[in-house]
Amino acid sequence: MARVVVDVMPKPEILDPQGQAVANALPRLGFAGIAAVRQGKHFELEVADDVDDAALAQIAETFLANPVIEDFVVRRLDA
Amino acid sequence: MRVGVITFPGTLDDVDAARAVKHAGGEAVPLWHGDHDLRGVDAVVVPGGFSYGDYLRCGAIARFAPVMQEVVEAARGGMPVLGICNGFQILCEAHLLPGALTRNHKLHFVCRDQWLRVENNETAWTSRYDRGAEILVPLKSGEGGYQADQRTLDELEGEGRVVFRYVGENPNGSRNEIAGISSANGRVVGLMPHPEHAIDALTGPTDDGLGVFLSLLDAVVSA
Repeated sequence: MARVVVDVMPKPEILDPQGQAVANALPRLGFAGIAAVRQGKHFELEVADDVDDAALAQIAETFLANPVIEDFVVRRLDA
Repeated sequence: MRVGVITFPGTLDDVDAARAVKHAGGEAVPLWHGDHDLRGVDAVVVPGGFSYGDYLRCGAIARFAPVMQEVVEAARGGMPVLGICNGFQILCEAHLLPGALTRNHKLHFVCRDQWLRVENNETAWTSRYDRGAEILVPLKSGEGGYQADQRTLDELEGEGRVVFRYVGENPNGSRNEIAGISSANGRVVGLMPHPEHAIDALTGPTDDGLGVFLSLLDAVVSA
């Protein structure tokens, strides 16, 4: 089995109100100096050895991310 | 006129959608998310709610339901399809409509009666309205902000495919104040507000939404 990570982030040009809300909360909690926050999703997949990169890319592109509004990165973690 | 109304796990507005179809003189045919056929319906309404708990993204899982495979195929063949709220999100995820719906810009769930302007009265679902007519129907959604890239927006505006636009303050940060759009052939329409909740003065703010379902009747009968 391989371990695969898929990170999904809102595209830079897409408004991220959740990230903004987090950023706005930080000064109220006493944390200074955080200029901006973007919020995304992190998936960890346990993958059989015969699943190739093309299949992983397809999973990320058609299901885990919506390419209209999100970018994604697929990474295989070393065992 | 037989109009299918889909129920997914977590759908809320299928009953009102079926009621609106009946009010307009049609027969509402219940369709289950696991169905592999559309039972010979002339059109389909994908209603609002929280299909599959809206896990991952709104509509992302519902898009892969067996019944949606049938809907996509029928829509490509010209069958009228209306997506309301979660249904609009599902139609976008299924690529029957371009763009995506995102978290409201002020993060709050918005629940109020909302004025819309009918920008296109040549779709299968809006022929009963005057172009430019303003209608009042409920809006109730947390992820109703319409997003698309500039090229897609220009295409939608240029082809007159913005069907409904918010009047007054933008309730959710939708680009170009877009409340609803259509497919290129005008048969598939999706919108965030709820015409099915405004079909008579007893249960809704107005009966302004009934025209959507009466329009469909015309579209199906004339086909």
